[in-house]
Amino acid sequence: MKKITEQIKKEKILLSDGAWGTFLQAEGLKKGECPELWNVEHREVVLKIAKSYIDAGSYLIETNTFGGNKIKLNHYNLGERTYELNKAGAEISREAAGDKIVLGSIGPTGKLLIMGDVTEDELYESFSQQAKGLHDGGIDAFCLETFFDIQEAEVAVNAVKENSDLEVILTFYFEKNQEGKFNTMMGVSPTIMVERFGNEVDIIGTNCSNGFERMISVVKEMRKINKDIPILVHANAGIPITTGIEAKYPDAPKIMAELTPSLIAAGANVIGGCCGTTPEHIKMINQAIHLYKTK
Amino acid sequence: MNELLEQLAICIERGKVNLQSPFPVDLKGQEGADELTKRAIENSIPAEVILNESLMVGMQKVGDKFEEGKAFIPDMLIAAKAMNAAMVHLKPFFESGEVELKGDFIIGTVAGDLHDIGKNIVRMVLTGGGWNVIDLGTDVKAEKFVATLKEYPNAFIGMSALLTTTMMQMEVTTKAIKEVSPATKVFVGGAPLSQEFSDRIGADGYFPDPNKFVKYLSQAI
Repeated sequence: MKKITEQIKKEKILLSDGAWGTFLQAEGLKKGECPELWNVEHREVVLKIAKSYIDAGSYLIETNTFGGNKIKLNHYNLGERTYELNKAGAEISREAAGDKIVLGSIGPTGKLLIMGDVTEDELYESFSQQAKGLHDGGIDAFCLETFFDIQEAEVAVNAVKENSDLEVILTFYFEKNQEGKFNTMMGVSPTIMVERFGNEVDIIGTNCSNGFERMISVVKEMRKINKDIPILVHANAGIPITTGIEAKYPDAPKIMAELTPSLIAAGANVIGGCCGTTPEHIKMINQAIHLYKTK
Repeated sequence: MNELLEQLAICIERGKVNLQSPFPVDLKGQEGADELTKRAIENSIPAEVILNESLMVGMQKVGDKFEEGKAFIPDMLIAAKAMNAAMVHLKPFFESGEVELKGDFIIGTVAGDLHDIGKNIVRMVLTGGGWNVIDLGTDVKAEKFVATLKEYPNAFIGMSALLTTTMMQMEVTTKAIKEVSPATKVFVGGAPLSQEFSDRIGADGYFPDPNKFVKYLSQAI
């Protein structure tokens, strides 16, 4: 079932949610603690985050499973619980979302194939178990996010598609170099990414790393390559500024709301936040989307 | 510079390992770092000259591009592979003491943090810059840094962290190191950090990219 792409045809622009990781930290997640374990041990906190985004107006919310691949969970000796922790994460967001959309979050493993850190089979197994748990927990679509390496993304997309027939979203994160060009640390540009995956996934996009301002440039580049595919943006609340001992995200909800019309004009269809964004950001972006639609 | 050394520097920069290696495509069928280093030694070019005037020049060039966002991890990786192929031939000269490495460098990602991509790039650039790198891996506790320093008392130390939640571990580790060895230089790197942060925790410096750091170290010794 193509729930999200059908909805985009009707609505043009959909509102997604904001940050999970930085939200969990604000709720007391400590360093060295496994965020996905909170799906079982602090279920009520995770549910509260999920609900807060639904209350803010999100049509799509994610799951607290970004680092829920087996390779990352193994570091906490939780690899054997991959299926369980992902299923629990999916169930929490399902409960909060009601008839809204739940995106099963899958992030990269942090291991590079070209470095010989990991084999393709290990990656496939790791993503497959996660995908099964999310699927059985009741998600509506997969959101493979923050990828930067074509090879790892290929394995993740295959693992997800071979274990489920749900829609697949794939986002990469890009950094801007001195000449103003966007690339991942592996040298993948938005152009290369869309050329490679534009026909393989249902929705393509970009997340993290940049605020809305830079995301506008990234979306423009993606839209040039593929006129039709829906584009999702989960942007940080600006580029973090490290002052003293902590990272601060400079973009207030108002700034993100002001940039929303330009992001839509560039070609974005699903809009939400990443690190540093809060339900307040989402509310303001929601207002901006409404305003844009009624104009 | 000698033509052979110039060609060898290009092989390092472009990541041409040996005659058989198919990359880069435009150098296919040509000799690589392996063969050229061997020939340089046969031509009685001193090992130290090969290292300083060719291999490190090539690494520096790809490092400069990386710093500018024009070269990426795969480029650094194949350059490091070519460097390793060349170093095999220079190893006897290091072992005999005819050529000395610049010094020992202990590196690791701090306790609670499992991210090692950044740390691994710094390791490659340091090795390519002529340092003996002792890599402690990820999730390295303060005690482990201190214990390793006992084995390599003159080493510099570099710590990595990606997360804002783990960067505070750098303060704990820096204090533990300075307590046993106040003169040991401790450096920090990672996405959320800054020079201000480094100053605040009592470390000796922050560098935004490995290339700037290696240049700094070369001048510091």
